[in-house]
Amino acid sequence: MTSPFDIIVVGGGNAALCAAIEAAEAGARVLILEAAPKPYRGGNSRHTRNFRCMHDGPLSVLIDSYGEDEYFEDLMRVTKGNTDEVLARMVIRSSQECLPWMAAHGVRFQPSLSGTLSLGRTNAFFLGGGKALVNAYYRTAQAMGVEVRYEAEVVHVGMTEGVFTHVDLKNGTQIEGRALVIASGGFQADLDWLAEAWGPAALNFLIRGTPYNRGVVLRDMLDQGAGSVGDPTQCHAVAIDGRAPKFDGGIVTRLDCVPFSVVVNKEGQRFYDEGEDVWPKRYAIWGRLVAAQPDQVAYSIIDARSRDLFMPSVFPPIEADTLDALRIRLGLPEETLHTIETFNAACGAGKFSPQELDGLATKGIMPAKTNWARPLTQPPYYAYELRPGVTFTYLGLQVDETARVRANGVPLANVWAAGEIMAGSILGEGYLAGFGMTIGTVFGRIAGREAADHVS
Amino acid sequence: MSAETLQDARRQIEICNACRYCEGYCAVFPAITRQTAFADGDITQLANLCHNCRGCYYACQYTEPHEFAINLPRVLAEVRTDSWKEFAWPSGFARAYDKHGVVMGSIVVLCLCVLIFVAGSLQRASGGEGFYAYMSHTLMVAIFAPAFVLPLLATFVSLRRYWVHVGGGPITLHSWRCALQDVAHMRDLGGGQGQGCNYEDEDRFSNARRIAHQLTLWGFVLCFASTASGTILHYVFDLPAPYGLLSLPKLFGIPGGLMLSAGTLWMIWLKLCADGGLSDARVRGGDMAFVLLLFAVSTSGLLLYASAGTGRMPHLLTFHLATVLALFLTLPYSKFVHGFYRLAATLWNADAT
Ligand SMILES: Cc1cc2nc3c(=O)[nH]c(=O)nc-3n(C[C@H](O)[C@H](O)[C@H](O)COP(=O)(O)OP(=O)(O)OC[C@H]3O[C@@H](n4cnc5c(N)ncnc54)[C@H](O)[C@@H]3O)c2cc1C
Ligand code: SF4
Ligand code: SF4
Repeated sequence: MTSPFDIIVVGGGNAALCAAIEAAEAGARVLILEAAPKPYRGGNSRHTRNFRCMHDGPLSVLIDSYGEDEYFEDLMRVTKGNTDEVLARMVIRSSQECLPWMAAHGVRFQPSLSGTLSLGRTNAFFLGGGKALVNAYYRTAQAMGVEVRYEAEVVHVGMTEGVFTHVDLKNGTQIEGRALVIASGGFQADLDWLAEAWGPAALNFLIRGTPYNRGVVLRDMLDQGAGSVGDPTQCHAVAIDGRAPKFDGGIVTRLDCVPFSVVVNKEGQRFYDEGEDVWPKRYAIWGRLVAAQPDQVAYSIIDARSRDLFMPSVFPPIEADTLDALRIRLGLPEETLHTIETFNAACGAGKFSPQELDGLATKGIMPAKTNWARPLTQPPYYAYELRPGVTFTYLGLQVDETARVRANGVPLANVWAAGEIMAGSILGEGYLAGFGMTIGTVFGRIAGREAADHVS
Repeated sequence: MSAETLQDARRQIEICNACRYCEGYCAVFPAITRQTAFADGDITQLANLCHNCRGCYYACQYTEPHEFAINLPRVLAEVRTDSWKEFAWPSGFARAYDKHGVVMGSIVVLCLCVLIFVAGSLQRASGGEGFYAYMSHTLMVAIFAPAFVLPLLATFVSLRRYWVHVGGGPITLHSWRCALQDVAHMRDLGGGQGQGCNYEDEDRFSNARRIAHQLTLWGFVLCFASTASGTILHYVFDLPAPYGLLSLPKLFGIPGGLMLSAGTLWMIWLKLCADGGLSDARVRGGDMAFVLLLFAVSTSGLLLYASAGTGRMPHLLTFHLATVLALFLTLPYSKFVHGFYRLAATLWNADAT
């Protein structure tokens, strides 16, 4: 074989970079093929801010301790048991030694950001965010001799009798290699694919991260018999500002106003308890809720008293001095006024306390608002348009503890997968903040080491 | 100030306030998160707090071609320049400096060479020793005292305007201590964790700019101490120049001059390597001229020491004095003011935290 590369890594995000660095450190000649152009390199990893890390005692910026069992319970809660316990516990245990490894390879950490204090014990934040992390890894990898090609989308993985031989790029180039690491993320940027599960409504979804994760390699592998995990019809979606860009809006498009607001759909009707729980515990369900509304849109309306109760968001709210003027500005029917009047009338007396479940609930309306139910009476009134923003998809490649991909029931000789593309085994549903980067780091490193072992 | 630039800065700052990923790099971001609405004065203050380390640019997921087009180092640099021009006093002089730094610098040097040389020849007959064989000390003071005091006065007026604009109050002793410490260590050029700036080589962190700037700053302070000690020796102790190698003026002056020359040369090199798109393109020439002028001051000063007793000395003396004069005369209208504004902004910030 004449290829100058031992290992081909498909993708250019966190998992790909961790794999490439480990493999290069073991002496392999590594090529990274990143579909995006350089300014957009790093997939969804460039949008992240932290990773969830087990620690038996204070570690770097992390305070106190966060043990394996507590971590695992947190995971069980969000996935409702839909996880592979062996893999999950392995990831959790490995996360502790990942932090120093990350630091040794250029990643810098900072204490939790203002407004995210609840994560200070469990999640280590990256100084400068995920793009700074990605930049550091690219520097480290390139200094080790890893070659990187941008705008190099892989469209097909060439295999002969279960043995990987080469990849085909979109531009027609064929590159041979002795081992393959697939770290090309989910398929959420392919709206047509999402529409297969969600119907045409999916075309109205916004994609919070990169437009380059289109699942091309995932589909190609599935077509070649690779084993799959994860529900193909599910995606993780949150409610974000409806004015966000179609792709890559990232963190700033999030809206934290829902618990302090009245949310109506396009027909001016309320449809869910806005105050069911504290926002970090509920924000993930609002993506689906909004997705189920006509035209996949909803409006979160607050009055002046709630204006400063949540983190500022990227776009200023729509504002008016009366509720009627506001609804006209939003293009909502008159019914909206009736909904709000009914809501206001259902609010009782009690102490409003934004930082905790205050039990201030409505009486006699459906759906009820069970906390923070305060009437909208203080002009000016503000509204934010909500739309579903997709974070990632669950369908992926099945792997074992060594990150090896299986096809037609048997492990492939020289193909490994890491990151979002295999996360469905562990995160069968729901999401645990900071766990995506943990999975990618742990499995990326394993895949890199295993692949290097194979070629040495 | 340009309303468009301010508005763009406000737009970007609001995006950062919703993001906050860069909170650990410098004092600008924590200052942003303390507020939800940003008046013009707030933005001017934030702009003067930024020292263009570029950490936040390379870390940003929203830089062009992304439609949010975040480029905080550049927009803050533009607001900064605008604010210096706005507050410059007398206002008419402000326009002089922004685009034509290099040209202006050379013209000033040239004029002054001629001027001082002529004045010097007039005095030659009087015959002193050393430097003063060529120019009487009294004449030097007559020229330099006002050239030093007036620009400082103008700068003081500008800073007062700034302070009013950003809504500054009385400064506590504690704020002075914090701010001077920050400046002395160039803490903000450390990138938050001592890793430095993303300056001369894209996203690579390095302390080159911090060290070069420290050499420049402390070199300048030592040179200043050299001149001041010379003046004191002359007037208080009646010990006129030339001074021996172990005298205070030389003990301050030689290391100071070497540091200043090395620091400025290094700064110029770093500036040439850095991406011009992350600073205010309008004043690139002017900024460079300022650093070159500093380099000329220290290097001519060193050469002057070396040339004692040779025939080159009178010309070097004239040149050196001319560069010093030009440096001080242009002080309120050149990059020189950045130091004063940064100190003011740091004081304001120390007061707010
Ligand atoms: C807005 C946002 C914020 C998030 N915040 C966090 C957080 O704080 N903490 C956390 O743990 N998780 C977070 N996540 C989830 C996290 O981004 C992912 O779990 C993680 O980035 C996955 O890493 P990865 O390397 O598998 O995929 P990615 O980082 O998405 O990388 C996939 C790479 O593959 C490339 N690629 C795709 N197809 C091809 C192809 N055919 N050929 C070549 N290259 C291809 C892409 O260009 C990309 O570089 C967030 C996600 C979003 C959208
Ligand atoms: S510069 Fe970019 S990454 Fe940094 S805080 Fe602002 S928006 Fe966020
Ligand atoms: S360029 Fe540096 S100093 Fe200026 S805002 Fe960005 S990180 Fe802060």
